[in-house]
Amino acid sequence: MENIKKIIVETVPEAVIEEDGRLTVTVEPDKLHRLAITLRHYEEFPFDYLAMLTGMDWGEKLGVNYLIAPSKDLSKVIVLRTGTTERENPLLYSVTDIWETAHLNEREVYGMFGIRFINNPDMRRFFLNADWKGFPLRKDYDTNPELNPLSAESKPIIDIAPCIVETPDGLKEEERHIFEDEDYIINIGPQHPSTHGVMHFRVALDGEMVKKIDVHSGYIHRGIEKISEKMSYPQILHLTDRLDYLSSNINRHALCLCVEKAGEIEVPERAQYIRIIMDELNRIDSHLVAWGTMCMDLGATTAFIYGMREREDILKIFEKTTGGRLIINYNVIGGVMFDIQPDFQKDVKAFIPVMRKALKEYHRLFSGNVIAVGRMKNIGILTYESAVSYAVTGPAGRGSGFACDVRKHAPYSLYNKVAFKEIVRVEGDTYARYLNRLDEIEESLKIIEQLIDNIPEGEYVTKTKPVLKLPEGEFYQRVEAGRGEFGVYINSHGDKSPYRLKFRSPSMAAVSVMPLICKDEKISDFIGIGGSMDYVIPDIDR
Amino acid sequence: MLLNYSQPLEVSDLLKTFDAFLYEVLPAWAAIVLECLLVGVALLGLFVVLALALIYIERKVTGFFQARLGPNRVGKYGIIQSVADMVKILLKEIIHVNKSDHFLFFAAPFFMLIACMLTFGALPYGKGLQAIDFNIGVFYVMAVSSLSIVGVLLAGWSSNNKYSMIGAMRSGAQFISYELSAGFALMTMVVLSGTMSFSQIIESQAYCWNIFNGHIPALIAFVIYLISGHAETNRGPFDLPEAESELTAGYHTEYSGLQFGFFYLAEYLNMFIVAGIATTVFLGGWMPFQVEGWDGFNQIMNYIPSYAWFFGKTFFLIFLSLWVRWTFPRLRIDQLLTIEWKYLLPINMVNILLMVVVVLAGLTLTDIF
Repeated sequence: MENIKKIIVETVPEAVIEEDGRLTVTVEPDKLHRLAITLRHYEEFPFDYLAMLTGMDWGEKLGVNYLIAPSKDLSKVIVLRTGTTERENPLLYSVTDIWETAHLNEREVYGMFGIRFINNPDMRRFFLNADWKGFPLRKDYDTNPELNPLSAESKPIIDIAPCIVETPDGLKEEERHIFEDEDYIINIGPQHPSTHGVMHFRVALDGEMVKKIDVHSGYIHRGIEKISEKMSYPQILHLTDRLDYLSSNINRHALCLCVEKAGEIEVPERAQYIRIIMDELNRIDSHLVAWGTMCMDLGATTAFIYGMREREDILKIFEKTTGGRLIINYNVIGGVMFDIQPDFQKDVKAFIPVMRKALKEYHRLFSGNVIAVGRMKNIGILTYESAVSYAVTGPAGRGSGFACDVRKHAPYSLYNKVAFKEIVRVEGDTYARYLNRLDEIEESLKIIEQLIDNIPEGEYVTKTKPVLKLPEGEFYQRVEAGRGEFGVYINSHGDKSPYRLKFRSPSMAAVSVMPLICKDEKISDFIGIGGSMDYVIPDIDR
Repeated sequence: MLLNYSQPLEVSDLLKTFDAFLYEVLPAWAAIVLECLLVGVALLGLFVVLALALIYIERKVTGFFQARLGPNRVGKYGIIQSVADMVKILLKEIIHVNKSDHFLFFAAPFFMLIACMLTFGALPYGKGLQAIDFNIGVFYVMAVSSLSIVGVLLAGWSSNNKYSMIGAMRSGAQFISYELSAGFALMTMVVLSGTMSFSQIIESQAYCWNIFNGHIPALIAFVIYLISGHAETNRGPFDLPEAESELTAGYHTEYSGLQFGFFYLAEYLNMFIVAGIATTVFLGGWMPFQVEGWDGFNQIMNYIPSYAWFFGKTFFLIFLSLWVRWTFPRLRIDQLLTIEWKYLLPINMVNILLMVVVVLAGLTLTDIF
């Protein structure tokens, strides 16, 4: 880390460096791009992975936090920070050319904070309509509903992207057309059987071939980050389950971990065991749905039902202990909400062989099927470089050789005590992503096996104060959710609710890479690739 | 030869008596008109009953494949579920799409239905149960059943919907390709039988079904016919024109109520027709399973009426088709065309030559034994 510090100072001498467990580097907007490039091309371990891009309103300043890490070693993280005092027309430099994943994130920041990014090729607001008044996540946002009335009128979709480019003669505003005039455009979504939610892809077709894809989202945006700023931490927990509903327990675990870390709350060992077992069950559940829906996208309805059949067993286990099935509201700050039911261990142990047998059946039914292999092999190839640049994590990223399992590289809770294999494939095609999920189910079973008999006796929750206040500061927590790295960022001013809360959504990265990997594939494969990326829309529309 | 056996459940004698009775009491022209009407009504009835039965069977069989129960609420074992669904679809509103080509939009479903009905008339359901016995039956059936593609194309074109359009274009490519294979496979069997009339094809299979008689080439033709027939009915893994996960519902996206019902009906009946033709041409049609010389055995087989044989064999083939549909994922359009043009068609052409050789050299089973 000392080397990095040296390099940072060499590149930008006036950078302000803070260090408390991780480096936080604050620079002026015009220096950020240079610093980012230097770090991106740092020889020892290039910081080529942008984990989180968080828009911020510090009151006097508007700006952005970048959490970056080298793809070779995810535990080394640096926070870059930049901001501007200009509130009328705040401008920052884009880092899209360094990390592709910044593209959609910067558009989101524009929608939410009104910060425009110079050199970002497409500065339409993500999640929000072009005519939305105000910037919701700014602290001085006017929430008066009359400003943005609900309208039943249909609004035309804008295919013209404004952008600001830097030219030798200064900044210039430009407009770019997303599609050409004669393009045959079909709307896949927002109501479509295979977008796995309210996603909207505008797809330009050339016959059956996909020429270009434009991603629209925000149809079910709930403003969870804004709502959270008015809620106490135990209340926010309930919202996390509603992000990626298929890995609801894992999301909730992430926020619990973050709050516990910030508040220095000890979690009893029993609770940790229970949490991990629940997380892994949740992961199996999530992968089963992913497998089933992907098979259905490829036209195999029976496979979908098979996946649901095994999932039902998991849901029954959840139901017995927690009372919930999809959204189980189980983790609380300091532990879990209830102790496990007496036959929890018996049920889980009965489930493991059932699942192993089912996995074999899945392979027999679908993995080896000649049509299925023809629809998946060498389709939608995502290279290692693109996977890192677009920050695609989870089984999809690991299908491209990006070893990004947070459980392995930045272990939390008990994950450094259990033995499991990180499944990495290098082909980068749909088939690799597909097989990764099935193999990860097996690894999750192994983790559960190691823990289920050894759950220690003791408390299942640490009592916390009814009104929980976190100390001032910034806290990050990353966990491995069903579809990749899920992150929580809390900026606390010492109150009972966060000053700013941000969730990193793994699905957003998966969607952002769709235009790249679907180009020049057939429209049928576009659907199949979408299934293999396995995005969940509420995770994007936070 | 068949008359030697007693066939107590056969209806052909009854029908003959009825025919004679009509001619006795009515003038000849009135009898013909009346008979035509009755046959028409009977076929329409069969049409509806078959569709309902097929829908119910499909749902039950699918339930069996997918580890679930299928319909089980309406009536015992859910047996009148399809009737309830039919009533529902009759009562549903037919939604008019403003910017569609109205005439073609309304005409399209009828093409589908008419194509099915025309084929229905020529299928032999049992001994004496065939409305028209053309001397070019095979040819006729091929010709009229391909009319339905016009319906699909019109539906896709007139809906003014991009999904429908893509679905219809896919369907066009698929149908034309696989029609070739189906035609060639049937031609192979015509070579073996030496006739195109369904009744004569069946008569010739009294003791040895064509699939046994023509052994290797017949078996190849059978498999090819099943594949291409399956493809023609637009059912999985060949359901690209509908491909609900890609094109929502393909060419019939914009149809609702009864118009959608027509497409639905036609899909199931097409499945039946394809299986029915395969039964007739390859599996002896309504002919019972008989072995020359085994009179006792043949007598027992003949106690089962001919229409039961026909429907039994047909439903067996339909079961195969359902099995395939609910197991395989969907093909992609280029894979689909590759299979047809690069594999099925060349194999078929060689196969038809092989059959000619087999027939000319006297290598069929009946020739050898």
